[in-house]
Amino acid sequence: MLARRLGLGVVLPLLILLIWQWGGSQPDMAGVLPTPLAVLHAWERWMFGSAGMGLNPYLGTWFSNVEYSAMRVGQGFVLAALIAVPLGLLIGWSRIMSSLFDPMIQGLRPIPITAWLPFSIALFGIRDLGSIFLIFLGGFYAIVVNTTQGARDVDRNLVRAALMMGASRLQLLWRVVLPAAMPSIFTGLRIGLGIAWTAVIVSEMVAVKSGLGYVLWDAYYVGRMDIVIADMVSIGLMGYLSDRIIVLVEQRVLNWRRLQSH
Amino acid sequence: MSHIQISALDMIYPGKTAAQTVQALKGIDLQIEAGEFVALLGPSGCGKSTLLNLIAGFEQPSAGALLVNGEPISRPGPERGVVFQEAALMPWLNVWDNVVFGPRVQGMKPADYEPRAEEMLRLVGLSEFRNHLPVQLSGGMRQRVGIARVLTLGSKVLLMDEPFGALDAQTRLTMQELLLKVWQQLKPTILFITHDIDEALFLADKVHVMSARPGRIQQQFSVPLARPRAIEVTTSDSFNAMKREILHCIRH
Repeated sequence: MLARRLGLGVVLPLLILLIWQWGGSQPDMAGVLPTPLAVLHAWERWMFGSAGMGLNPYLGTWFSNVEYSAMRVGQGFVLAALIAVPLGLLIGWSRIMSSLFDPMIQGLRPIPITAWLPFSIALFGIRDLGSIFLIFLGGFYAIVVNTTQGARDVDRNLVRAALMMGASRLQLLWRVVLPAAMPSIFTGLRIGLGIAWTAVIVSEMVAVKSGLGYVLWDAYYVGRMDIVIADMVSIGLMGYLSDRIIVLVEQRVLNWRRLQSH
Repeated sequence: MSHIQISALDMIYPGKTAAQTVQALKGIDLQIEAGEFVALLGPSGCGKSTLLNLIAGFEQPSAGALLVNGEPISRPGPERGVVFQEAALMPWLNVWDNVVFGPRVQGMKPADYEPRAEEMLRLVGLSEFRNHLPVQLSGGMRQRVGIARVLTLGSKVLLMDEPFGALDAQTRLTMQELLLKVWQQLKPTILFITHDIDEALFLADKVHVMSARPGRIQQQFSVPLARPRAIEVTTSDSFNAMKREILHCIRH
């Protein structure tokens, strides 16, 4: 059954690869659409090629560029989570905190993170910080909004039960609201991480001189479409892998919930 | 002095217009003695859960006096244990952690509460299930955890809000017998809410019948059945006579 589903799932991608290979080998397509095999070859050299004199930026620089991007995502995202989760809990839990923060967050949220780009360059210059700021912002909204919702949706009877057993306000937040909001928090983290990868690519195209986003734009300018496509796939791969990491953590933390859905 | 004293209690939920304003309770007078088992019987929407929430301290009355041990109630506390309709266990904590949640948040030392928690788990027959999560238990077992939880708190008052309402007939009977056993042994004061006449008569010393809109206590009955009670009592003549009387009261 699983084998059949997997088998069916690869039919379309294979078909697309075949058409792509055929289309890419047409003379009109030269310089616009490299074939999958050409992309694979360029990617291999981008990963493992010897840098030599260091004049060709697409030889052996894949790992360092992936690391640049991943580090920025990691820093911006962790910072966002560290601030957004506690803040979201407080906003969802306390009316005062909600009146204080909610209007501002809801007011700023409609501004797309891409619109913040010039502002962030003006503020931080062509440096890591500008990129991390955008990643932080993108992750922050998703996490804070979902955490707030999770904290608001806590079953009233669980709160009453905890109060009845003598829990203080702080214990309520820590022992009831936080665990009850955990599923929503993880939803926020996963959405936030996806946005963080969008933010890192956009910001690296403009605001820094390294990373997968920088290479993507740079390779486009010099007409290296093979690298552009290899870069796109790399970004997808990194996004997928980092999402899997969160899912793994989620499965450990939310073990009680996994049983519930069975 | 009665354990729980309620006099001239009103509860009004204000609305934007007079039509939206709901008088949930009107002029409630109720005395419950220490160690007494009292059932509150009434149709849904008659305000019986509201009354329980007020005694628990989850809500504040609009008017009237509400005293437990002679003290007015301002907020929930472990001396008034609540058994909820749907158990309300923390789904992320196993049975044991749910049962000792109260002593832990109160900062008690494990040596001071663990023996009692073990004993209460044994009393409700769940010693074998201490590592199970609530989701792995049946509805009846979850309710037993809910009972062990308030017994571990050492509550002198148990407020039970249709705790067996969602259970099947068989399990319900087992739970009623278990509750009687627990009550016989520990003698807490129990206020038990139900809409089931048989349940009220089988369990309680006194049955207060409520009527709806506005919720008020219509009549009260003392149940003359001897204790300890076994299930056979529910087919006795005195039981049926009592039931007829209450049915009559509800119909009018």
